[in-house]
Amino acid sequence: MLGQGDADASDCMNDILAQVATKTESNKNAGNAILYECVETIMSIEDNGGLRVLAINILGRFLSNRDNNIRYVALNMLMKAMTVDAQAVQRHRATILECVKDSDASIRKRALELLYLLVNENNVKPLTKELIEYLEVSDQEFKGDLTAKICSIVEKFSPEKFWYIDQMLKVLSEAGNFVKDEVWHALIVVISNASDLHGYTVRALYRAFQTSAEQETLVRVAVWCIGEYGDLLVNNVGMLNIEEPVTVTESDAVDVVEVAIKRHTSDLTTKAMALVALLKLSSRFPSCSERIRDIIVQHKGSLVLELQQRSIEFNSIFEKHQNIRSALVERMPVLDEATFSGRRAGSVPGAVSTSSGASLNLPNGVAKPAAAPIADLLDLSSDDAPAPSSSGGDFLQDLLGIDLLPTPAATGASQTPKAAADVLLDLLSIGTPTTGQSNLSTADILSSSQDNKILLANLDGLSSPSLSAQAALPATSAPVLDLLDGFAPSPKKQEVNGTAYPSIVAYESSSLKIAFNFAKSPGNPQTTLIQATFTNLSPNVYTDFLFQAAVPKFLQLHLDPASSNSLPATGNGSITQSLSVTNSQHGKKSLIMRIRIAYKINGKDVLEEGQINNFPREL
Amino acid sequence: MIHFVLLISRQGKVRLTKWYSPYSQKERAKVIRELSGVILTRGPKLCNFVDWRGFKVVYKRYASLYFCMCIDQDDNELEILEIIHHYVEILDRYFGSVCELDLIFNFHKAYYILDELLIAGELQESSKKTVARLIAAQDSLVETAKEQANSISNIIAQATK
Repeated sequence: MLGQGDADASDCMNDILAQVATKTESNKNAGNAILYECVETIMSIEDNGGLRVLAINILGRFLSNRDNNIRYVALNMLMKAMTVDAQAVQRHRATILECVKDSDASIRKRALELLYLLVNENNVKPLTKELIEYLEVSDQEFKGDLTAKICSIVEKFSPEKFWYIDQMLKVLSEAGNFVKDEVWHALIVVISNASDLHGYTVRALYRAFQTSAEQETLVRVAVWCIGEYGDLLVNNVGMLNIEEPVTVTESDAVDVVEVAIKRHTSDLTTKAMALVALLKLSSRFPSCSERIRDIIVQHKGSLVLELQQRSIEFNSIFEKHQNIRSALVERMPVLDEATFSGRRAGSVPGAVSTSSGASLNLPNGVAKPAAAPIADLLDLSSDDAPAPSSSGGDFLQDLLGIDLLPTPAATGASQTPKAAADVLLDLLSIGTPTTGQSNLSTADILSSSQDNKILLANLDGLSSPSLSAQAALPATSAPVLDLLDGFAPSPKKQEVNGTAYPSIVAYESSSLKIAFNFAKSPGNPQTTLIQATFTNLSPNVYTDFLFQAAVPKFLQLHLDPASSNSLPATGNGSITQSLSVTNSQHGKKSLIMRIRIAYKINGKDVLEEGQINNFPREL
Repeated sequence: MIHFVLLISRQGKVRLTKWYSPYSQKERAKVIRELSGVILTRGPKLCNFVDWRGFKVVYKRYASLYFCMCIDQDDNELEILEIIHHYVEILDRYFGSVCELDLIFNFHKAYYILDELLIAGELQESSKKTVARLIAAQDSLVETAKEQANSISNIIAQATK
């Protein structure tokens, strides 16, 4: 452009432009074309107040022209004019709003984009109101676009939380299916932060659910809120002045969640969230506990792994862990908005730390892909407790999916040793045990001569859900999960009477036999010294023989080095290894151990695993 | 600049294409397919500008033919509409009340006229009279050449070669 940046040239042009702009008649298309070019020139040359006003006026005339082409062109031009003179464009806001409802798709799109640029704090409320009204009547392809725009407008310019939540609820009821995931995640963050509005929110959601339950995201948000704030709903806590009282009984609330689960159109995320919400409700509404349990049990046999896992875990919480249930499902810690939006801006699934922090995700019982590890656990510079200060864009998803604190935490292991354990994991360079390797890696940890109780805590946490998820052992998931619960005072094995500490055949297969001999250390009844003897039952020599063992967290294990690592064939010799086990639940729980033996036959690796349940009771 | 000119019938048959930017054979076919799809499905009341692949496509419908021109983002669309109309008026003046059949049977003449009008994607001749005169001159050249070829002396010369 000649005049761009050059004041002199622009001056010369001014006269000509002014003349052309005023003299051209615009009833012919040629005339309009000339005017359009004029306006474009005026916009790009040096600032001249009078000409600019002239240009904006021309554009205003274009906007009200009946010809679609002219209006389209005008909208386009106005978008560029926004950078130059926003005030003038504001004047035409009403006309632009009309254009959003035009029958022509391209005009609608352009007008919507222009409106989006026009929004500021003053006009956001009436504009949003108009847009939402239009959302109801707009057609499907446009809805997606419109929804996205409304959501971002509401998010950026909302003057107060109450209005934000209100608008979002309306949008969700209308077009929930078009709402993107991060939008409703952000909504939940805001809801949890607006503590005085919890009651209002949950009641509004309840009402909305009655009317428009086919919008998937609305169902999700409703289910989450009812789970969190169910007691506020039932007791009509925190009523705002404008609300009408609504009586909701506990079973009504459970009804809502039940409908969400049972509906065949609900997808996996919704059902999973509903299961978690049911667990929360069971603790908040003790009277409905049985009914809730029935619902949960129905999913025990679900073909979808996530649902099956959750329902089995929750059911076991019902049966065996009544005492910790209420601690587990306390109110969510408030998610910090600032960090959330910061993370959201900077997070990318690729920014995953692929360290073994991913493995520690598993205790939370969420088999979510590595996209969002609670990687802060590995951030040893921060001393925060891991759970709320997780990183990654999808951390909210994790938290929503699991509001169970990691089971080791619930049973008392502190969080900072967990960080220390992470270092240990790193040092021992355990690879990311994303799937079935977790058992093997944990066995690795313990076979080394580390006497770290926290590692055992890790094992426990890891073993419980990961076992149920991966079923690495040749057993079905339910009994494997019961490994944790099997340590409860109902041992599966027979009572062993007779001599104090009989030796047992710990493990026997076609190729290997392991025998354990026991002795108690004199001053310490809790500690048992075990002498393990390995015998080779096959005609091949085993080289690089390695024995590893893993124990649950109430036991401590110490392994001495083996006598040798080569096992001659057919019982011609044996390897002995000493272990010492300290039982902190001596007398209440008996010993139990999982073992893994690795050796080589002619250079080929062989691996055997097993579980030893037949320890004598008194140990 | 104008990147290409496309004339498509309502049934989707291509009557004329002129390319001012490099497009390979395959790309051309693809472009034609895509644009036909986009433009032929648009309703009558919609505006004549389409955003496509980062370019703007301006189209106008005359009877059963769509005249499409693809331009850059910063070009003036109303101007292109004028150019399309200009072209159609010249055709009309030349063929006298032009219809699609004329273009089917005399497509070479349509190309000549377009070449007079646009060079390298820009308008080069804005006077209808000039273009008409030039095409008439060309036609008379063609006539004389034909007569010469048909004259007796030529036939004899050809036969005895």
